[in-house]
Amino acid sequence: MAGKVDQDALFEFLLRMGDNTLILGHRVSEWCGHAPVLEEDIALANTALDLIGQTQMWLGLAGEVEGKGRSADDLAFLRDAWDFRNVLLCELPNGDFGQTLMRQFLFDAWAVVMLGHLMRSSEPRVAEIAAKASKEAAYHVERSGGTVVGLGDGTEESHGRMQEALDYLWSYAGELFESDAVDQAMAAAGIAPDPAGLRGEYDALVGRVLGEATLSIPEGAYVHKGGRDGRMHTEHLGHLLTSMQWLQRAYPGAEW
Amino acid sequence: MNNEWPLWEVFIRGQHGLSHRHVGSLHAPDAETAIRNARDVYTRRNEGVSIWVVEARHIAATAPGDKGPLFEPSESKVYRHPTFYDIPEEVGHM
Repeated sequence: MAGKVDQDALFEFLLRMGDNTLILGHRVSEWCGHAPVLEEDIALANTALDLIGQTQMWLGLAGEVEGKGRSADDLAFLRDAWDFRNVLLCELPNGDFGQTLMRQFLFDAWAVVMLGHLMRSSEPRVAEIAAKASKEAAYHVERSGGTVVGLGDGTEESHGRMQEALDYLWSYAGELFESDAVDQAMAAAGIAPDPAGLRGEYDALVGRVLGEATLSIPEGAYVHKGGRDGRMHTEHLGHLLTSMQWLQRAYPGAEW
Repeated sequence: MNNEWPLWEVFIRGQHGLSHRHVGSLHAPDAETAIRNARDVYTRRNEGVSIWVVEARHIAATAPGDKGPLFEPSESKVYRHPTFYDIPEEVGHM
């Protein structure tokens, strides 16, 4: 069954999964040594490392499916901005600690729902990665959700910052549920769910946590998109890649 | 106003069957967060199967100055150690 699916579409799907975790993982790693307290510093670094670990699996499989001999490292360090397939949410700057945690929560909630479905994928390699990643995602969403509640339902200052973060980020979350020909092909082959169908589960989870956090979901249905299909990334991605990729660009093939 | 989060002492059980051991301390605003922080700070290398946290102020402790009356009297009571028994060979290692 999985053998019949268009391999280009499967490659594209795997890039989307791997680029989300790669770019968000890199963003979160930027906090290393800068977080407000030691405990959060270590926790953020752990999360970043989990995401980079998931990236190795997704992009490793992407390279295999592509069949051109590209490794996960090649895909991470030697593509340019227009070849990346992460949603815009993942590449947005960290902002303050609250904005970072809100972005993390909005992503984690999607990841935990998505990975739950992918564990039942008809493609065993996808199901295997999802099984491993879903345990990490379950912890991530517990942690980021807990922090969103703690800060949202906290002081006037922290509440205000969390509401501001949500107002800024909410219109980026919708891209996670966009659906195109690649998604249709994955859904038809039973490899991955149609993202549009995950919205109900996501809204229930996010609504419950944001309610507990005394935060209001902004009105308006506008969705920033263009990342997962590579049509239009934000200006932030190029800057991120410059720092993430410079070593492999300056010293091709360098290892340590 | 004190802006510091309270201090928590962290106890980790390394394997089923062993007891929890004190591994260190950390700061957190509440018990759930303290457990999550303990997970992230103290179990990164697969150290644990169970975590206990307790707010440090809830631990009652002996005072260092009392160590004379508390502990020194037992120094001279060698008969409390079971070292005066002859163990038969057949028992093997004890």
